[in-house]
Parts: sequence; C-alpha cells; structure tokens
Amino acid sequence: MRITVTVDGTKYTDEVEPRTLLVHHLREKLGKVGTVVGCDTSNCGACTVHLDGHSVKSCSVLAVQADGCEVTTIEGLARDGQLHPVQKAFHDNHALQCGFCTPGMIMQSIDLLADNPDPDEQAVREGLEGNLCRCTGYQNIVRAVRDAAQNMSPGAGPEAERITETKHVGVGGD
Amino acid sequence: MTATIEPEVGKSRRRKEDERLITGRTRWTDNITLPGMLHMAVLRSPFAHAKIVSIDTSAAKSAPGVVAVFTARDLDPDSSIGMPCAWPITPDMKAPRRPVLAADQVNFAGEGVAVVVARTSAEAHDALEEIDVEYDELPVILDMEAAIADGAPLVHEDQGSNTSAVWKFDSGEAGTGGNVEEAISSAEVVVKRRFRQQRLVPAFMEPRACVVDPTGTQLTMWSATQVPHILRVMSALTLGIPEHKLRVIAPDVGGGFGGKIGVLPEEMMSLLVAQKLGKPVKWNESRSETMLAAHHGRDQIQDITISATRDGQVTGLKVELLANLGAYNGLVGTGVPILGAFMFNAIYKIPAYHFACTNVYTTTTLTDAYRGAGRPEATFAIERIMDELAVELGVDPLELREKNWIKHEEFPFTTVCGLTYDSGNYEAATAKAKQLFDYDGLRAEQEKRRASGDKVQLGIGISTFTEMCGLAPSRVLGSLDYGAGGWEHAAIRMLPTGKVEVITGASAHGQGHETAWSQIVADQLGVAFEDVEIIHGDTQSSHKGMDTYGSRSLVVGGIAIVKAAEKVVAKAKPIAAHLLECAEDDLEFANGKFTVKGTDTSTGIADIALAVFAAHNLPDGVEPSLDSDATFDPENFSYPHGTHLCAAEVDTETGRVKLRSYVCVDDVGVAVNPLIVEGQVHGGLAQGIAQALFEGTEHDESGTLTTGTFADYLLPSAADLPSFTTDRTETPSTTNPLGAKGVGEAGTIASTPAVVNAVIDAVRHFGVNDIEMPLTPMRVWHAVQHGTTDAGGPGRGEAGGGLGSIDASGGAQ
Repeated sequence: MRITVTVDGTKYTDEVEPRTLLVHHLREKLGKVGTVVGCDTSNCGACTVHLDGHSVKSCSVLAVQADGCEVTTIEGLARDGQLHPVQKAFHDNHALQCGFCTPGMIMQSIDLLADNPDPDEQAVREGLEGNLCRCTGYQNIVRAVRDAAQNMSPGAGPEAERITETKHVGVGGD
Repeated sequence: MTATIEPEVGKSRRRKEDERLITGRTRWTDNITLPGMLHMAVLRSPFAHAKIVSIDTSAAKSAPGVVAVFTARDLDPDSSIGMPCAWPITPDMKAPRRPVLAADQVNFAGEGVAVVVARTSAEAHDALEEIDVEYDELPVILDMEAAIADGAPLVHEDQGSNTSAVWKFDSGEAGTGGNVEEAISSAEVVVKRRFRQQRLVPAFMEPRACVVDPTGTQLTMWSATQVPHILRVMSALTLGIPEHKLRVIAPDVGGGFGGKIGVLPEEMMSLLVAQKLGKPVKWNESRSETMLAAHHGRDQIQDITISATRDGQVTGLKVELLANLGAYNGLVGTGVPILGAFMFNAIYKIPAYHFACTNVYTTTTLTDAYRGAGRPEATFAIERIMDELAVELGVDPLELREKNWIKHEEFPFTTVCGLTYDSGNYEAATAKAKQLFDYDGLRAEQEKRRASGDKVQLGIGISTFTEMCGLAPSRVLGSLDYGAGGWEHAAIRMLPTGKVEVITGASAHGQGHETAWSQIVADQLGVAFEDVEIIHGDTQSSHKGMDTYGSRSLVVGGIAIVKAAEKVVAKAKPIAAHLLECAEDDLEFANGKFTVKGTDTSTGIADIALAVFAAHNLPDGVEPSLDSDATFDPENFSYPHGTHLCAAEVDTETGRVKLRSYVCVDDVGVAVNPLIVEGQVHGGLAQGIAQALFEGTEHDESGTLTTGTFADYLLPSAADLPSFTTDRTETPSTTNPLGAKGVGEAGTIASTPAVVNAVIDAVRHFGVNDIEMPLTPMRVWHAVQHGTTDAGGPGRGEAGGGLGSIDASGGAQ
C-alpha cells in the first residue's frame, strides 16, 4: 500500500506491506532509529512517538493507520539546536542510565504534561505506567518530569509540535 | 588549556552520555545496517526436554526471501563445538556439551534447533513456521530436590547424574574459624530456616542482538554485550577463529545487569552463518525470546542454621544450598553461588562457618549472573535469619545486629571466610539511616496499630549488607579456579592540542563511565573535563580489557586510569625539567602544571604534549611520547556497605503491601560522581524490591515458561514503586588510591531482605514467620489467614496480572 506520513517535519511517501507496524516503518524504511523496540506485547513503551500530537506506542499502530498523519519522534523534538524542555530536564535530573527506554519516556512525559501541566508525584507515576525502565528505579524520571513542568510554558506539549517550517536534521542508522 | 583547581572527583556532573541518548542519536546494535545484510531468526524448541527425531527444512528453504536454512548438522557437522564455561568450580565438575544448535536432544524450552537467514527479518520469522521438527518428549525435570533424588530422570543421560558439582567451604578446615557442628551442638539457641530465591529475569530493556560482517580483512561483530573483550577471546576459542581476525564491538548497549555477560549460541550462529554466506548477518531477538533463552538469575534453595548464645552472640552459621544451573553450565553461572559463599557472614563476626552448595541441572533456561550475582542471595538469607533469631531471643533486630557486627575500630578485619575487609563504619551508616527513617516513631505507631487491631498493619524491615566489589585480585580468582584474571587495562593518549583520549577495558552500558572516567582524568592530569574523550567497547581501539560486571569498573578500571595518568606525568617530568632548565627534583606537579618549587615558573601538561609532538627540543634519549598504559590488578576487593530500613503497610484483608517509606544509607567510599551513585542505588532498589514483591518466573508442569512476556512477568512500573530516601556515609577504601568502593549492586543486595523483613514484621503476630517470594497479595493474605510457618502456600503460578502491585494497579498496560 502507498502511504504518506510526515515525520519530524518531513513528508515521506512509501510502499508498505499492510502488516508493517509503524515502528518498523520508522526504523527500517525511514531510518528513524532513535525510536526503539523493547518488547512484543506493547508493555514497555520504548517505541512511544506522537501521532498527530498524542502519544502512541508505535508497535501497536500499523503504518497504514498513520497515512496522512504527522508523527513526531525523539529525533524531532529539539528545535534550532535547542533541546526540548523535557529532554533538558532528563539530562539535568539524571533521569536516564542506559538510555534505551528514554525516547519513549520523554515522548510519554511530554504527552502527560500536555494533559496535566503541573502533575504531582503520583500523577507522574500513573502517567508513566505504560513505560518500563530497568535502570533508574523511576525516581529521577519522576523528578525530571516535574522539573520540566516548572520550565515549560503551557502549550509546550505536543500541540507545539504542529508542523511549521522546521529544519529537520535526521541521523541515519549507521 | 583550562587548569582545574576545584577537584572533579566528588562533583555531581551531569552525564556526557546523555546528549545522544535524549536526542535519539544512538547506536544500538539493531540500528546497524550494512550493504547486503541478511537477517537471521532462530527456531526454538517448544519442549523442555525431548529427542529430536527429524527436522525437515525443505519448505522453509523455498519460502519467500529465504537465503539459507541451517541445522546443527550444517553448522557443526562433527558435533565438536561447545559453548564455553569459564568457571570449573571443582576438578570433577560435570561439563555437558552445550551445542550451538541442538542436534539430537533439546534440554530446555527455548533451545535453538535451526536458523533461517532471509532478506528481511519478517521473512526469516515467517519461514521459521515452515520448518517441521518431530520431537519425542522426555521427562521434564523442574524441581531441584527431585532432580538429585535417586532414580530421577536425567537431563543429560551421559552425565550419570543431575548434580553438576558440590562446592564446600569450612572455616574449621580452612583454619579461618571454628567448627560449625560443635558450635551448633553446644549452642543455647539454634534457628533453622529454608529460604527460596525465586528465579528472576534480568530484563535489560534492549533485547540482545548482534551483527556480523565477514567482509574486509577481519570478521567484525557488533553485539549488545557487557563483555566485548571476553566475547572476542571466547569466540576465538569456541569456533577456532584466529583471534587477530576477529573484532568485537559493543556499541551503545541498553542495560545488562549481568544478563549480558555471556557468550551466546546466537552470537556463534551469527559468526558461522555470516562466514558461510559471505554476507553481513543481523540477529535481533524479540522480548519473548529474551525471556525464554537469555539466562535467568537467582533460583536457589537455602537451608540456613544459625546458633547463638542466649544473650545474642552468634556462634555459628551453616549454609546448605541447592543452586539451579538450568540445562547447562553458563559462562560463569557455575560460580555465582561461590561469590555468595563469602558473603553469608556479611558484616558480622561469626566464629564458625560451613558452606556447601550443590549445583543442579534441570530442564530449564540457564541461570547465570544477575545484579549482585550470589551476594543478594547470601544477604537475603543472613538478614532474614537475623530477624528470626531476634524474635527467638526477644530482642530488637537492630540491637542484635549491632551486637554482632564488626566495630569501626576493628578494621581491617579478617572474616571467618578469610577475606580482609579494609574499612567500614556500620555504626555511622546505621545511625544516619535510623535518624532519616524515624525508627522510634514508626515502632511506636506499629505498636499502636497492633494494639488496636487495625486492618492495615505496619512492619519495619532492616537489612544491613556488605559485598565484595572490584572483582578481582587475579590470585584470588585463580584460587577459586576461575578461568581468567581480574585486572583491568587503561591507556591515555595525549593529543598535540592538549586534548586527551582515554582508552578503558571496562565496557559501559549505562553506568556513566564516559562522565566518571573524565572526572578522574581531569583531576589526575589537570585538564578540563570537557577535554577528555573516553573510548571503550571496541576491541580494535580498546585492545585489552576484562569488561564491566560485578561493580568492578571503577575500583579496578578506574584505578587503571589513575595508574596510566601517573605514568603520563612521570614521562612528562624530565621534559618539563628540560624545558624549564631545572632539575627534576625542583619540580612539583599540580593542577596540570609543573612548577619550579618556590617560583611561579611553570609549564603545563598541554604545552609538553605539544613539545613532544614537535619533538624539536627534547632531552637526549627521551622518547617523543607521553602516551601511557597501565594494567591494574587489585590487591584486595573493596567492601561497600549500607543500612537499609523499610516501612511496609500490609492490608490484612487483601494481602496488599504498600511501601510507606524506604531509607537507605550506603557507604561506597569516595563517590566520584554522587549523582551517578544515587542513580545506581535507585535502580538497584527497584530491582531488589521487585524480587521481594513482584517478580518470579513460573513454569507449568510441561516445563513451559508461563511468564514469558512483559504481560505475564511483572516488571514494576513507576506506578508500582515509591520514592526512596537515599543518603551516604563515606569511609574511604584503603586498598586503592581513589578510596572508591563500587556501587552498582548495593541497592539490589540490601533491599530484598529489608522489604521481606518489613512484611513479615507487620504480620508476625498472626503466626507468620516466612512468606515465599514474591510476596503477592494472595500469598500475604494466605499467610495472615493461616499463620504459615513455612515457605510456600498458594500463589505459585500466579505471577503478573497486577498481583503484588503496591497500589492495586495492574501490570503496565
């Protein structure tokens, strides 16, 4: 099937098999390898991206379902060399160790903050329930999300990602 | 050059590693794509134990996209290849050959029987379904005690027994202490317990993967491994590949926790297949494959006997273990219980000690190192039985510990195992923990709730711990029949512009070595933190190393860097003297500068690096290079310690456990980067708490792993865990120049017994003195209802699905 998806500000038109998952389309066809796969039961959340501004587990969406949609991945968050406030908060608060869950955690955290700009600890923990981490014990992730909330203007969530004239610098796999 | 005046060591530096990880510019093994690359998938046995009658691959060979299909007959026609075990713990240890692919018999569900290579991963997996294997089922062997009983069916018929080895240590025989049998038979008080360490899945977030490129002058293998250096030498030995023709790279690796120590059949398959086809081959496993085929951790039955005087002085400790190896010997899994053997005495002065471990084969996935590797198991047993002894004696469990631990003024202290603990201050760590925890206040609340019959009871759990970190003095490893040394290598290259490249044999996969090592080098050479680049994980650039496991990186690898830096300074000194026209003895080195004593005449290390590069004006006979390397073999282990306190609320009507507060004070000696130390502790706590409350594998009677996905195996999410209060005391190690001790396993080791002790403490008045892990609501509820006095009860086979969740939330959805 022929689909057109806008990913991190760039429009891509490709032939895909109907069974292709969005995450595999992103990784294998488009070289968006910043988004990763951590499980096969949609439990871990490592593959979380934004689809039309809302977080989805891209292992649970078919590529054909994203036809005509806008996708933002971890690679499309930084703007003009500036990190997204949530990316910066993860760095500032040591909210990552091996970093494998981090793309999904960051994408989910942005979505969470869009719904709730000033979450308490319990709200953050519940909002991240679908994302697993084995390194951090979550404490610094929770701290990072609450820190980011203090440093973000309302509306700095997914809605701010509506595609504008952004220069995207993609990085291939290898 | 920026001279650093304020020391870098001790600073909570944000990590250099983060930038690529938070922007998605990472190099995971699965990101690697090479021209002409093919994809490999592995067909795995659905049976735990069966003869292979026949394998028909004809349909798979003609499936779309398939390039080749291989069975054991194709990859290893004379059945000569065996996966390596590096730790033959006794001279008579059994060593059943573990094939790359099973040829005649499968011995655990998940063992590989064939591989398909195709143009895409999807085509390879599709074709797996076209392979027709006929199996003839054999008896399943899951229970360790049944496995070693007379007349039991055998995992390996040719081995004659399911007992792999029996390893013993006796302080009376070793001359390090007294005779345990005498101590127990003459004791005023004796307490015996049987504890079960359930089997856990390491569950690193990045599944295992490898890519092999046979093009060019060398075979190149990228692998999601903790041990690229060990993998290179072991691959050479296993497959007969000339070692200089093999390059192994560990790119960004998404966690390991011991689970990525190993030399994998899949890595060997990839090497063999890529050579046969002459094309790059990628293998990337699914999570379900990881759960089934990557090694598991723990899985011991522990029979513990402790003896004491009526006034609480411990007089003897006897430990008898059954350790489940799974179907074969892992790379170091045979020795995991031995790492624990030296830790059962923990922080205590125990006069007599006997340890015996029987390693057992069963028709299950292999076990091997998982965070703490033997030491969490040991700490659990001693800290649980200390609580039981305290109850028997009617004393406060913390007071009992104080009575028996090694006093601060008694260090260095040689234990009943013959290890010499260099330094420690259990009093300081415990005092700080008690204060942060409000120990007395919580005890008062516990009394009140108990008196009023509150349906939510409160319990307080204590765990102290120490561990042998910094594996390891090579002579000690030799005495334990371990197949390698314990040294670590480092090299420093001074670049002409004053920048510094540091090569380490440690192989980071989340620990932040790039940051911490830069801090160490900045202090040693007086260069800026930003001017240091850390190179690791590639056997071509880091040609020598022993890799990262067992909290060894800093206390062995970090010290190797210190030693290499000292050599750089030593090489620079005569050149500095030459440039400043003075005697070497007139120079002092500080903050990156050689200064003539008593003057302000100086030259910096960067200036000397440039002078060496030009080589126009060097002293006669001096080599134009500051580059140095060092291989450090530690003289002793390091011994971090800590005191952990847990308050748990138990709903006696539902069995639900809620962690009300968790406080730990760890002493890891000098912290190079407190931010990283704290993060390591948090992650360790989560894993240890998960063993206590959530995690555990389950098999059905046919040997099928019924907890084979994240939907069935309850890995805690953020919603399942509380925030922790962590703090440190600092008692420097006396055996290395940094005074550091290692932190990677601390949280995991101490937290499991702290949580279980807290839960038991909450419901002890119902007649409960033990509950088997994980402490699911069902098990806790059952214990409250029936006042169990032994491990077990219902709950087995009921993992996942939210059981055991702290806040009644289900598993991650």
